Amino acid sequence: MSTLQVTQARVMKSEWTKLRTQPGALWSLLSAVILVVAFGILYSLLRVARPPHGAAAASFDPTSVSLAGVQLAQIAAGVLGVLLITSEYATGLIRTTLAAVPRRLPTLWGKAAVVTGAVVAVSVPAAVAVFLAGQAILGRQHLSVSFGEPGVARAVIGGALYLAVAALLGLALGALLRSTAGGIAALFGLLFAVPILVGFLPGSLADEIGKYLPGTAGLAVTTVHPDPATSLGPWTGFGVFCAYALLLLGAAAVRMRRGDA
Amino acid sequence: MIEIHELTKRYGPTTAVSDLTFTVRPGTVTGFLGPNGAGKSTTMRMILGLDEPTSGSVTVNGRPPQAHAAPLHEVGGMLDPRAVHPSRSAYHHLLALAQTTGIRRSRVDEVIDAVGLRSVAGRPAGKFSLGMAQRLGIAAALLGDPATVVLDEPVNGLDVEGIRWMRGMLTELASQGKTVFVSSHLMSEIAQTATRLIVIGKGRLIADTSVADFIASAAPASVRVRSSDQPGLAALLRSPDVTATVADDGALLVSGLAAERIGAIAAAAGIAVAELSTVETSLEDAFVDLTKDAVEYRAASFEEEK
Repeated sequence: MSTLQVTQARVMKSEWTKLRTQPGALWSLLSAVILVVAFGILYSLLRVARPPHGAAAASFDPTSVSLAGVQLAQIAAGVLGVLLITSEYATGLIRTTLAAVPRRLPTLWGKAAVVTGAVVAVSVPAAVAVFLAGQAILGRQHLSVSFGEPGVARAVIGGALYLAVAALLGLALGALLRSTAGGIAALFGLLFAVPILVGFLPGSLADEIGKYLPGTAGLAVTTVHPDPATSLGPWTGFGVFCAYALLLLGAAAVRMRRGDA
Repeated sequence: MIEIHELTKRYGPTTAVSDLTFTVRPGTVTGFLGPNGAGKSTTMRMILGLDEPTSGSVTVNGRPPQAHAAPLHEVGGMLDPRAVHPSRSAYHHLLALAQTTGIRRSRVDEVIDAVGLRSVAGRPAGKFSLGMAQRLGIAAALLGDPATVVLDEPVNGLDVEGIRWMRGMLTELASQGKTVFVSSHLMSEIAQTATRLIVIGKGRLIADTSVADFIASAAPASVRVRSSDQPGLAALLRSPDVTATVADDGALLVSGLAAERIGAIAAAAGIAVAELSTVETSLEDAFVDLTKDAVEYRAASFEEEK
């Protein structure tokens, strides 16, 4: 038997055990998959019933249509991240956890790794499946694209990765606020309320600032041809989204490391 | 071994623990007593590396709690038996804890058997009774076979059978050479298990002693006397070392003299004695006596703040 010692890999294994034995977290994960698939199919059916004409037809993005569920699923993924840490603060379990890992940060990194892995593992197949289903539906009106066309594979996989980063964002907010309600409220605020507020600004300013908001920036990767006026480039936008998540995760690490558990 | 040196912990303007210094040694059960709010849980959190001391130091088995490579193997703690995820099974709760440190799976089964939770190990821990939750907490504390065990109020809320089991478990751990540090706000819970005592009040050390010495020093036994001439006998007995007070029922309460001496003095003075009995100080009285000042001081300072 190997020696008794806390290692990052062991903490990760422990966090995986916790995730798979926490029904609330599994439900969030399942909800994310259902939202991606069900809403993508629903929206594809809706669009095929009312096909675009003229200018709308030119800018029609069949990939985005089939991935429409990502925008709803981001909340489920984010809630998963929040729950993973706030459930420990709510019950006091965090003290047991941190007494075993008094250096504390391996626990935060372990949760981050596990939630990223879990979300990617389910969201990539879900995104690919809903893309194929969506295109099959849109194909009835010859509106579909194939996976091999430029930017399409990136958008589909990007949609799945977007959900993983949304979960990280939730984890960071949960670790910062140590409250389930607070974490979920902050997540909603950041992803939905802030864009609405920015929308009240004068047109060009709203577009210019709006590009850099976490949700808008991150979703650029799910669009095959992002509009430079209102959106960053796909990977630039995704990078900005990741930067938000990492920044908040860093702040959470500082909060967790300092002071009392 | 737990060594605490000039330990102080402040939360904002509140001082929870003030300049505590004591050592908890292996091989015995050491009780950690104090009224509610005395700073016991705060001290235990610092021993487990959860709270950062404002000043002073805590070492467990010679090193700060954060410095151990395998903390669960050094110090096992139970702070709050209800601190579990309610829908996770007891087995998985323990397994996740074990995995952080590379503790083998078979050890999880061992501790489950040791605390008698085998038949309910697969059930959600949130559905456990308090007694079962306490056992699960003990199992978690023992998981890493630690040299030091720290338990906050482990018998709180247990039934008679549970208390007996817990006492047996604590004594057994101490006999294995472990350092066992157990808090309580009730002296009677601790006195039958612990041999050493650390008493704190208002975050300060009041006593660091053996249970026997603690009881002896807190308040001496007194003697109840009824006689044909109470005022006369009282006058005969009183001296700088002896006090004699009249109880509500008219009996004389004498402290500082043994019953035999009192009987002899009364006989010599020709006073007929109707009752002569030694009143032992109860453990709870001894404890209340010693922590009285700390509690009063707290109430007074609370008034001042207003």
